[in-house]
Amino acid sequence: MSGPRARPPALVALAAAGAAAFLLLPLAGLAWRAPWSSLGAELADPGARTALRLSLVCSLWAAALSLAAGLPLAWVLARVPFPGRRLVRALVLVPLVLPPVVGGVALLLAFGRRGLLGPPLEAWFSVRLPFTTAGAVVAETFVALPFVVVTAEAAFRGADRRYEEAARTLGARPGVVLRRVTLPLARPALVAGAALAWARALGEFGATITFAGNAPGRTSTLPLEVYLELEAGRLRSAIALSLVLLAVSVAVLVALRDRWLRAL
Amino acid sequence: MAAPAGLVADAEVRLGSLHLRAALRVAAGETVAVVGPNGAGKTTLLRALAGLQPLADGRVCLDGVVLEAHGRPAVAVEERPVATVFQDLRLFPHLSALDNVAFGLRARGARRGPARAEAGRWLARLGLAEDAAARPGQLSGGQAQRVALARALATRPALLLLDEPLAALDATTRAATRTVLRQHLAGHGGAAVVVAHDPVDAGALADRVVVLEAGAVVQEGTLAELTGQPRSRYVADLVGVNLLAGEGDGEGRVAVGGLALAVADHRPGPVLASFPPRAVALSLERPRGTARNVWPAVVDGIDRAGHRCRVRARGPVTVVAEVTEAAVADLGLAEGSAVWVAVKATEVTVTPA
Repeated sequence: MSGPRARPPALVALAAAGAAAFLLLPLAGLAWRAPWSSLGAELADPGARTALRLSLVCSLWAAALSLAAGLPLAWVLARVPFPGRRLVRALVLVPLVLPPVVGGVALLLAFGRRGLLGPPLEAWFSVRLPFTTAGAVVAETFVALPFVVVTAEAAFRGADRRYEEAARTLGARPGVVLRRVTLPLARPALVAGAALAWARALGEFGATITFAGNAPGRTSTLPLEVYLELEAGRLRSAIALSLVLLAVSVAVLVALRDRWLRAL
Repeated sequence: MAAPAGLVADAEVRLGSLHLRAALRVAAGETVAVVGPNGAGKTTLLRALAGLQPLADGRVCLDGVVLEAHGRPAVAVEERPVATVFQDLRLFPHLSALDNVAFGLRARGARRGPARAEAGRWLARLGLAEDAAARPGQLSGGQAQRVALARALATRPALLLLDEPLAALDATTRAATRTVLRQHLAGHGGAAVVVAHDPVDAGALADRVVVLEAGAVVQEGTLAELTGQPRSRYVADLVGVNLLAGEGDGEGRVAVGGLALAVADHRPGPVLASFPPRAVALSLERPRGTARNVWPAVVDGIDRAGHRCRVRARGPVTVVAEVTEAAVADLGLAEGSAVWVAVKATEVTVTPA
């Protein structure tokens, strides 16, 4: 927008500054109280290292599963008109607003010992999800999947069909069109969606602790480990791990910035 | 009996307020130009032939194979041996020029190596060997147009569709690209349909011209036939043009037939000279005026439309003059009348052939 720079009304400027302060002060506080000198030692602690490794493994799995399940769903929602599509589109976004703890409870009722799919899963595939690492992955996927669906669906819906038409006139069957034209052109949005899903999975607490429990080495991801450390009174350790999560979140958002976050 | 080669189409399409009903016959090796005002249905017709627009009725047959007929499932776009060069080109922005050209080959099953080699050969044929690795965004308008053409030709289609291939180019690039297009259309074994705005483009690229107005074919024939006997105001004003192919001597003369046409252009080599019928004056005696091109001719036919007449004059070259009915009466012109044709050199537009 060009033209002489308009001065915002004083009240608006004040409120904006207040809002920014509200959001940034806690982060600043965290950075200020951080034990920078002993950070290395805290993070080298075996408990911390286990939590870091577990978090990385679970979140990457969750991101991968989110992509694997989210892309086809996004495609269908974007391109295939079916009765009830709008409803499904809305329901898929529920994990975005649902309190994570509630999500965890819902997962227990679906996959738990006395849940809907728990018994058959255990009987037929010997798969137990609650209070296992796999359960942590499921909980993280539950909250991360909508990020992939939202960004991918927007990308597929907004895709320039003219290129797909051109590809078809050159003899490309639908699968080829998808693989060689639609997906490559949607790549920025898909990468953004995957990155956001990963960051969300990494930071998931409520659903994980409810569904997978808080067992060190098995389901104690970084957020859960932070909670454990706080409960045990080990503030420095909790802050150190919190810093890691903060750093990751900031890094992801800064890397994606304006261009890539437009899909949201 | 061998399958009839070429395109046989009787297309009826309803799109919004447009009701298109057109019959099109293009033999293998022939190029037909489709001209018409905006909204006439030219692009819709092309899209229907490509399979991108379903027919409301009628049928499309190519080389004896029914691609689409009312009541039968249509052959899918990707299964038709039809290649389209879109007006907006639609080169894939994420692929290099080489990969763009190779796309059609790989989509039909060719392996990457052989496909890229073949694509390279096509780019070389179109003078783009050095730009093979460039992305579409880095190419000039003329280069991009040629890449789009190569991409379509590489699939060796039985029917080639070109939607206003010269529209987005500046004058110089247009002429150069038209020359390239002419060569490749002449060498193309299948049928070709070109949508054009400019009658000179239509005359230069195609053997026959079909005029579409408001969804219906108003007239078809060679450019000379359209110029001599226009059946609508649009044809008369925008399509009718005298088009002569000749050789420029670089000194302001173009050798056409047995005539040395004086022109205001000093370009040497094969050229197309064009001038509208209204630039042609007829007189009973040899005129002595500023018109540099004067030659004797015999009236071959007079076509009356309202108060204007199209008089065809046969001489060293045959041209069409547009004169008023009153003038024809005044000079007593009729078939067989001896006249002198005068065309001002400045009225003749010369472009490279």
